[in-house]
Amino acid sequence: MSIFQSLIKKEMLHLLRDFRTVTVVLVMPVVLLLLFGFAISTEVNNVKVVAVVEHHTDETKQIIDRFRHNSYFTFEGVVTHNDVESLLRKGLADAAIVFRTEGGKLKHQIVVDASNTTMAQTSTAYLENVICSATGIPVVTNTLYNPQLKSAYNFVPGIMGMIFILICAMMTSVSIVSEKETGTMNLLLVSPVHPRTIILGKLVPYFLLSCIILTLVLVLGYTVLGLPFSFSVINVIWVTILYVILALALGLLISTIASTQVSALLVSGVMFMIPVVLLSGMIFPVENMPLVLQWLSCIIPARWYISAMRVLMIQQLPVGYVLTEVLVLSGMTLVVLALAIKKFNTKK
Amino acid sequence: MDKETVISVKDLTKKFGNFTAVDHITLQVRRGEIFGFLGANGAGKTTAMRMLCGLSLPTSGTGTVAGYDILRQAEEIKRHIGYMSQKFSLYENLTVWENLNLFATIYGMSAKRIKEKTDAVFRALGMENMRNVLVKEIPLGWKQKLAFTAATLHSPDVVFLDEPTGGVDPSTRRKFWEMIYRASSEGMTVFVTTHYLDEAEYCSRISIMVDGRITALDSPAGLKRQYHAGTMDEVFRIVAKDAKREN
Repeated sequence: MSIFQSLIKKEMLHLLRDFRTVTVVLVMPVVLLLLFGFAISTEVNNVKVVAVVEHHTDETKQIIDRFRHNSYFTFEGVVTHNDVESLLRKGLADAAIVFRTEGGKLKHQIVVDASNTTMAQTSTAYLENVICSATGIPVVTNTLYNPQLKSAYNFVPGIMGMIFILICAMMTSVSIVSEKETGTMNLLLVSPVHPRTIILGKLVPYFLLSCIILTLVLVLGYTVLGLPFSFSVINVIWVTILYVILALALGLLISTIASTQVSALLVSGVMFMIPVVLLSGMIFPVENMPLVLQWLSCIIPARWYISAMRVLMIQQLPVGYVLTEVLVLSGMTLVVLALAIKKFNTKK
Repeated sequence: MDKETVISVKDLTKKFGNFTAVDHITLQVRRGEIFGFLGANGAGKTTAMRMLCGLSLPTSGTGTVAGYDILRQAEEIKRHIGYMSQKFSLYENLTVWENLNLFATIYGMSAKRIKEKTDAVFRALGMENMRNVLVKEIPLGWKQKLAFTAATLHSPDVVFLDEPTGGVDPSTRRKFWEMIYRASSEGMTVFVTTHYLDEAEYCSRISIMVDGRITALDSPAGLKRQYHAGTMDEVFRIVAKDAKREN
């Protein structure tokens, strides 16, 4: 067996014998995908609506009828003006529509419980849609790429962006730093093994693990979550591999800075987890952020990866549409890798 | 340099910024010698040892280890030395045999030779039944023996032992020194740092480092004569009394 093979075998054995970690690493993506896909949904169902009507007309009757038959709403009845506030307060209604006739024209006002902003925004949009289509100025909205506005697979790119950074950067940095802590890294450095071989021997096992996770995520995404399957899955795979390599390089860089496993965990947690969740566009759209945060988000690899994945996975566009993202990710990989190797090699 | 000199350094110096960790040390170690490298914490022992192992480049000075230049042939040096760290470092989640096999492979031993050597070692140490036990499950004393075996399985010219007996009870320490003697009688040079001054008596020659410099270098008997001291402990106290660096 060559030195390189035996180093990889060592790392694999170490990983496999740490049964709990492997379980967490393999189960976490599945749980996250299913949670975000099904439990956490930005779709709004069963919005409880009441109406306040000054004068019943054909028009108001028609609108109320539409609410009665719409599956997104539960129509709770016509109430008086004074009841609205208490109903909203008690949570018996989520929204109220007030109809008034001014100069022979029907006007409406929507009062909505905004204690949950996401729900308030979405249900207001629904309500307006229903009212507009009934009053004769229909707004035709055409949703491309995700026609049913399903949130189940919308989260897949975001989850992937988070999982690979977490697993690759965190696990590699922790495993390298733990070798520093136990002193085995010193044994390797004092041995004739080239530092390059030591680094690769550390990275390759985690790369393989990431490939297994990628397969898992893709299978789940295309079956359970119902991602549209097409040829672009090839592009998804190779862009993800690029991202995994970047994440591994980041892990290596952290391991050259951190001296204990705890600090490696903290650094990768603080440096990656939080920005990835908040700034990468995984949950909050980058375009809506203040300009400063938009600039800041540019240095976060996940932002580019997630945006590329949205194009490749959900829009299914050819790779030409994500050239910027791919170039940025490649550039980042080269810089981080160069930095990490330089720092790792330094003879103190 | 004659053939029997295994380590030879002259005016070896290492500076970190304004701080001189190792200050012009000069020493020679002969083949088969057990060379004790003593000094208080912070005296510069570890830095000096790192330079000898090819892990760190000296700021100035020259030297050879196992016949190779420490400035230009660090890779060759690494091939001809063994190193045991003070924490008896081994891979805890690998078995005894897997650890030995890994390090022997790293040092370029063939599968056949590894098998012969490990079989012999397991027999000699009475460890046959421990072959497939995870290292984290064996007692500290065995871990120490195993770490020494891992460092010497490829029959290096010199083996560097960095405080190899820390935290181990006296009878295990004595047994460990028997292993060191056996290795040295087979022609292996042993370069050992230690905090235990009674262990210094077991060495063929000793150097004592104070504030980055070697202030005393001789056989234990010679040093005791020189400083009119009864034990190595007294010698050390006399030599180190002017130390300025704090621990």
